[in-house]
Amino acid sequence: MSEKTMVSVRDLGVKFHLSEQKVDNLKEYIIRIIKRQMRYKEFWALREVSFEVKQGERVAILGLNGAGKSTMLKVIAGVLKATEGSVKRSGVLVPLLELGAGFDPQYTGAENIYLYGAMLGYSKAFLKEKYDEIVAFSELGDFIHVPVKNYSSGMRARLGFSIATLVEPDILILDEVLSVGDAKFRAKSEKRIKEMFSKGTTVLFVSHNLAQVRSLCTRAIWLEKGHVVEDGPVAEVAEHFEATITKG
Amino acid sequence: MSVVKTFNKYRNLLVELVKKDIKLKYRNSYLGVIWTMLEPLLTMVVLTLVFSKLLGKGTQDFPVYILTGRLVYSFFSNGTKAALRAVRANASMIKKVYVPKYMYPFASVLSGYVIFLISLVVLAIVAVVRGVYPTLQLFWMIVPLLQILLITTGVGMLLATMAVFFRDVEYLWGVALMLIMYTSAIFYQVESVISEKNAWIFKLNPLYAVIENFRNAVFGQPMNFQAMGYATVFGVVSLLIGVFVFYKKQDKFILYL
Repeated sequence: MSEKTMVSVRDLGVKFHLSEQKVDNLKEYIIRIIKRQMRYKEFWALREVSFEVKQGERVAILGLNGAGKSTMLKVIAGVLKATEGSVKRSGVLVPLLELGAGFDPQYTGAENIYLYGAMLGYSKAFLKEKYDEIVAFSELGDFIHVPVKNYSSGMRARLGFSIATLVEPDILILDEVLSVGDAKFRAKSEKRIKEMFSKGTTVLFVSHNLAQVRSLCTRAIWLEKGHVVEDGPVAEVAEHFEATITKG
Repeated sequence: MSVVKTFNKYRNLLVELVKKDIKLKYRNSYLGVIWTMLEPLLTMVVLTLVFSKLLGKGTQDFPVYILTGRLVYSFFSNGTKAALRAVRANASMIKKVYVPKYMYPFASVLSGYVIFLISLVVLAIVAVVRGVYPTLQLFWMIVPLLQILLITTGVGMLLATMAVFFRDVEYLWGVALMLIMYTSAIFYQVESVISEKNAWIFKLNPLYAVIENFRNAVFGQPMNFQAMGYATVFGVVSLLIGVFVFYKKQDKFILYL
């Protein structure tokens, strides 16, 4: 495997303002400015995080709720901006964050293929060419012409997964999505993802399922309160992580 | 990535968003897109009835006068209102998929513009029926048509940014729109209502400057170049401010949505 760096995170910090009361109207804001009462509580969701991911590495991000896992994936995906430090990435990135989040509920499945595909940056011609493949993989059949608001959450996720995994990405971001749909579809989606693995796709993976993490990943980063606790081979890190959580 | 490169990558998204706006607006209505023409036509009939029959004003071509003003105003009003809501309405997508954020308000304005351009067909029909025939002056129409797009985009971007942080911008803008409507001379002739010394109110309203020259083009009158200059400057400046403020603040959107 080549040693090309796919993701490089340097001294990453993400700060949120937690204003004690939410001020979202102009009057209140002006009154508070005059009275000098704009108080913010600062909260660092991530601080001083640095790591590099080489091509073909499959990295699990471990941590309890609120450790900063999702924030980190969002920064890498480009949805959230870093407050300090930098994030560099190369190649095509496909985020499987929440499947079907970009769907318009009033649009039919077929129309949403073009809309969601466009959001991921695919051209119309490409989507037209792949249309049949997407419909076939999602197994939606005639439901593809029904508005998405009438879909079950499983159907939505199936369609989202089918569109998002159209291209072979260089970097794949998975956030608890390997449990979509029914058992049959899950097997199928796992197969597709494993295919990508074998082609050398770099993976960032968030899951609370440690067995899955051990079987899929090669490396793990353990986050706690926005800081890296441990970074190393998956077996060791997962073991240490498990030990702390079972200790309570 | 440079701005142009990013725009090219997401050009398809802009088209899709505009299509979505228009498609969903008329979905589940029998007449569909015909409403883009029927709606201004019906408003024109109402306004003509009220102002020419009940108030005894107006001439043969009064419906054309009303329609020209109303079409421009309603594009501005709908376009800015849609842009204002665009970032918040697409919050769930902004939080999950990276897309240049200006796509959302810009697409709202563009879809309104497409509807506006379609509804010009009604204007053409009404004009001919009412005996207002095209002259060479009609070619000037392109200028006010571009100006209103500039102004609406600029103001829309600014409002979209402000609305993320302050929810009451939407209500304040509703009031401002009312003021703009009444000073745009949509259903009355300026000379018949306003005394000479209050005319500055109209000179200040950029929308009136656009409507005035739009009417001049339709009625075959000479252009008012002072108004044209003002509307152009206003359009360019508002676009620069709108885009600047949007770019400065866009990284914070996600924290407030």
